[in-house]
Amino acid sequence: MKSESTHGHIQSRRGYARRKLSSRVMLVLTGMTTALALVPLFWIIGYVVLQGGKYINWSFFTELPRPPGMAGGGVLNAIEGTLLLVALASLFAIPPGVLAAFYAAYYPNTPLGTAVRFSTDVLSGVPSIIIGLFLYAVVVKVQGHFSGLAGGIALAILMLPTIIRTTEEMLKLVPPTLREASLALGAPEWKTSLNVVIPAAANGLITGFLLGLARASGETAPLLFTALGNEYFDIAAQVRSGLASGQNIFAVLGKILEQPVDSLPLTLWKYAQQPYPERIQQAWAAALVLMGLVLATNISARLWIVIRSRRMQG
Amino acid sequence: MINKSRAVLSMFERLRIRAGKALLHGDRIWQALTVGMGLGVLLLILWIGWILWQDSPEARSAFGLSFLLPSLDASWNPVLDKFQAWPFIYGTLITSAAAILLALPISLGIGIFLAELCPAWLRLPLGWMLELLAAIPSVVFGLWGIFVFLPRIVEPIGAALGSALGPLPLLGAFFTGPIPVSGASRLAAALILTIMIVPTITAVTRDVFLAIPRSQREAAFALGATEWETISQVLVPYGLSGILGAVILGLGRALGETMAVTMVIGNSIEGTLSLLRPGYTMSSIIANEFAEAVSVLHSQALIEIGLLLFFITLLLNLVARFLVWRVARRSPQQEVRG
Repeated sequence: MKSESTHGHIQSRRGYARRKLSSRVMLVLTGMTTALALVPLFWIIGYVVLQGGKYINWSFFTELPRPPGMAGGGVLNAIEGTLLLVALASLFAIPPGVLAAFYAAYYPNTPLGTAVRFSTDVLSGVPSIIIGLFLYAVVVKVQGHFSGLAGGIALAILMLPTIIRTTEEMLKLVPPTLREASLALGAPEWKTSLNVVIPAAANGLITGFLLGLARASGETAPLLFTALGNEYFDIAAQVRSGLASGQNIFAVLGKILEQPVDSLPLTLWKYAQQPYPERIQQAWAAALVLMGLVLATNISARLWIVIRSRRMQG
Repeated sequence: MINKSRAVLSMFERLRIRAGKALLHGDRIWQALTVGMGLGVLLLILWIGWILWQDSPEARSAFGLSFLLPSLDASWNPVLDKFQAWPFIYGTLITSAAAILLALPISLGIGIFLAELCPAWLRLPLGWMLELLAAIPSVVFGLWGIFVFLPRIVEPIGAALGSALGPLPLLGAFFTGPIPVSGASRLAAALILTIMIVPTITAVTRDVFLAIPRSQREAAFALGATEWETISQVLVPYGLSGILGAVILGLGRALGETMAVTMVIGNSIEGTLSLLRPGYTMSSIIANEFAEAVSVLHSQALIEIGLLLFFITLLLNLVARFLVWRVARRSPQQEVRG
């Protein structure tokens, strides 16, 4: 039916040259839209590098913020906070994500397998601010205070879909013969999964984790009501002084998780709205560091998989 | 005594063997873990919805439907505890709709270019660049928006649109100016959103095009169609439901986007319909006010907005995934990634 009407339509047109020309024009247009879409990418990267490069210096990485309106100081608190939050998020997201991916990869056509993949997709579409509201209700309100723990869990929920989806795909790429050989030797399913399948898929899994990390480290909205931000909190100094006073490392870390922490995106968001020129300059520098971190993670994840898969084929 | 302890011992021994068999040497535990985590993802979504519902009862009963219904003089007054969400709903809808209208032709063009025309060596780097654009943090978009994009691009465009379309009947209501000098407006939010959702829509449309069987193209060429005729009259109709899915996915992303929009939209509640005036969206009012919500009713009203946003995005996602899956199912040789 469809091909007949298309046929008739094409036949009814006149002038091969005109049709050819309009085809050319449209094809060139699609190329131009592609170029147009890349303009903002290079504009943003270029501008942030130029502006941020002007205001970035050593103390930016090593000092705590000075009071608003004063020049100098840095965002050490935010850099440490970002690392802490992302580490927490990976801790909470990677083990459950990998387990769920095992189910989705090996039982794709069972009702639960379909449900896992479908709800992963749905979860990746839930607005990040909603995740923030959710964590506020289930952690912050229960504990009675804002905390890095709540922020870490919020970021973990955001990472989860990326991790499940990429892990599932990577598990499917592992040749089934490997798994079957291990099972045939009498190894239980869990030993096969941990000692055979995961090592075989390791490259792809690392790529997935890095992509998830990149996404989580740039997020702001879920941290607004969870990690909140904390300008005077130097995590490294807390750890040092805690250990010096003879405390257990876990006790020190536990105390740190109870505190609100800052992160680079949160700092950037707060600074960008302040009237002080010094703060705006630092916002650009923070944008440079944040963008560098996110894009470098993203690019290295992709390069890693390309290089490793090429080496395996060769 | 001895008999009794022996009996206990052998009971333990029997239990141990039985447990080993019953657990399949640990596999029951492994299976329980994978099933549990899989179920966990599903339950998490339900839990989020439940928490939002459970935490907004007073707002729901106090304002009822009038909370959501359109009204020209909607009030959002934390002092009098009177809340109506229409300005935010309108702001979210109008900015997202404008962004989709702008992003669809661009993404379709890129998707066609990447899947049909682009030389093979260029496809991967171009795809990567688009994914990098999607990876740039939302706050960086916002910062660049405030200081570069708004004054240099949005303000001139807004002024031109205002003088060209403002006087028109009906349509003019959406373009009555003047646009603020800073450029902070619904238009700014719509344009930033366009840039942010183009990679999302493009990625799916490209995959949809790549999943269409070769025979479709060859049949069209054999009938004498030019390349563009093949694309516009054969491939686009064939992949239509997938493209629609892509658009809905993009819409979902636009509706939920928070930081960049909050930074450029101007955050003010005005009774106008105009794109050129500052506005507010559902996500940006939550971002701005939730941490400092004064009264119970205030924070519950914000949670109710969150609940509404959650349900809208949930619904859109379900529809979009269904549409994309349908295309994937029709062409079994390649899998479409959502």
